[in-house]
Amino acid sequence: MTLATFGVFLNSLEFIVDRRELILEKTWEHVQLSVVALAVSIAVAVPVGVVLGHLHRGSFLAVNLANVGRALPTLVVIALGVAFLGIGFANQVVALVVLGVPPILTNAYVAIDEVEPDAVEAARGMGMRPSQVLRRVELPLALPLLFAGIRTAAVFIVATATIAAIAGGGGLGEILVNQASYRVEGLVGAAICVSLLALAADAGLGLVQRALTPRGLKRETSAFEPDVRPVV
Amino acid sequence: MAQPVIPDFGQASDCVSENRTFCTDWVRDNWNPVLRPALVEHIELTVIAVVIGFAIALVAALLAHRLRHVERPFAIVSAVIYTIPSLALFQLLVPVTGLTVTTVEIALVGYTLLILFRNILAGLRSAPPEVLEAARGMGLTGTQTLFRVELPLALPAIVAGLRVAAVSTIALATVAAFVVSQGLGVPILGALPLNFKTEIIAAGTLAVGLAIVADGLLVVVQRLLTPWAYARRTV
Repeated sequence: MTLATFGVFLNSLEFIVDRRELILEKTWEHVQLSVVALAVSIAVAVPVGVVLGHLHRGSFLAVNLANVGRALPTLVVIALGVAFLGIGFANQVVALVVLGVPPILTNAYVAIDEVEPDAVEAARGMGMRPSQVLRRVELPLALPLLFAGIRTAAVFIVATATIAAIAGGGGLGEILVNQASYRVEGLVGAAICVSLLALAADAGLGLVQRALTPRGLKRETSAFEPDVRPVV
Repeated sequence: MAQPVIPDFGQASDCVSENRTFCTDWVRDNWNPVLRPALVEHIELTVIAVVIGFAIALVAALLAHRLRHVERPFAIVSAVIYTIPSLALFQLLVPVTGLTVTTVEIALVGYTLLILFRNILAGLRSAPPEVLEAARGMGLTGTQTLFRVELPLALPAIVAGLRVAAVSTIALATVAAFVVSQGLGVPILGALPLNFKTEIIAAGTLAVGLAIVADGLLVVVQRLLTPWAYARRTV
């Protein structure tokens, strides 16, 4: 790394400090957008995934949705959102939900579907109704994996919200795509902030996920379905 | 290099000038000047990234397979890279490597590492102990065991990783257009200020189609490389 390169990074740190009000405002917009999009994604995907998993129906749809989600470039989804819905907060949320739903739905489905049949059988034998089996046996056992899907989607949404800035409505991406106003220091400064935000979201939700995992339920990831979220 | 075509309201068809949902005539007229070059560049970006990423991940996984303490640091570094949003990683690299294809490739390679490393390592570790025991009993050396037993048994997991890496790299490479004028992201970014739907849909469809084709090709490769996995089992 040359001295000039080093200087750019120093200047970008200076940018973050000097323009901290701008950075805080954009970070707050970024967080708001991500939280709303994540909440809507959860509200849409969890019930569908849980019910399908409980009924052991629609595995083709549920499992392939994750692959489709991975193949769908975020830029394309955002651009289509702009072209057909126009710009603004609500439309950004719609585009982010389209990308947030697949990992949550697939994980919710797989989590419930793969609950030990013996445990479900035993619960039924004890006279539980299907709704009780779901609430008291399947959901608690599925919780860690289900939450892993939410974590994946959260990091994905934070990252995509950066690109969503081209659809208007703010967030740290607004600085990242606007070199004319903020120059290289601003771009690099915003890039540092977005990266920290994504890493913080990942680490924070990772801790929650660990807390939700009962001992003895640590699931080994199979090499054939890599437990890896889509990259943005 | 592909230039996004601005709809020319003077001579463009009614479909283009009215910006209807999809104009086949525009796609026909702009296949050669815009879409095909972008598609070719996109394939190049992806292939280079996956090949280099695979080479690095393979070496790291082989090391980690022998020396257990290599695994954690490599996994942590690649997981951190994986979590950084692509647009941010591109911009972080720009001061170091400039607005170049190198910047794009470094980032794209970085994103393949986690998936490939995990899968190659899991594949190498999937050889059952009795098989390794038998290999040693037959007098195979460590290297021979690796090439004749462990790597062949790891192939399905390796190809599974390559599929995920290829598909996500194809999706990611559209973001490269923010840094260099290459790939299918270029027509998309060019069409955005005009909301030109046809161009966005055409380039987006090509990106998704490319991902599906790449995935399918790798499935075929796996079937050819591991015929035993698909042989009919007789009990």
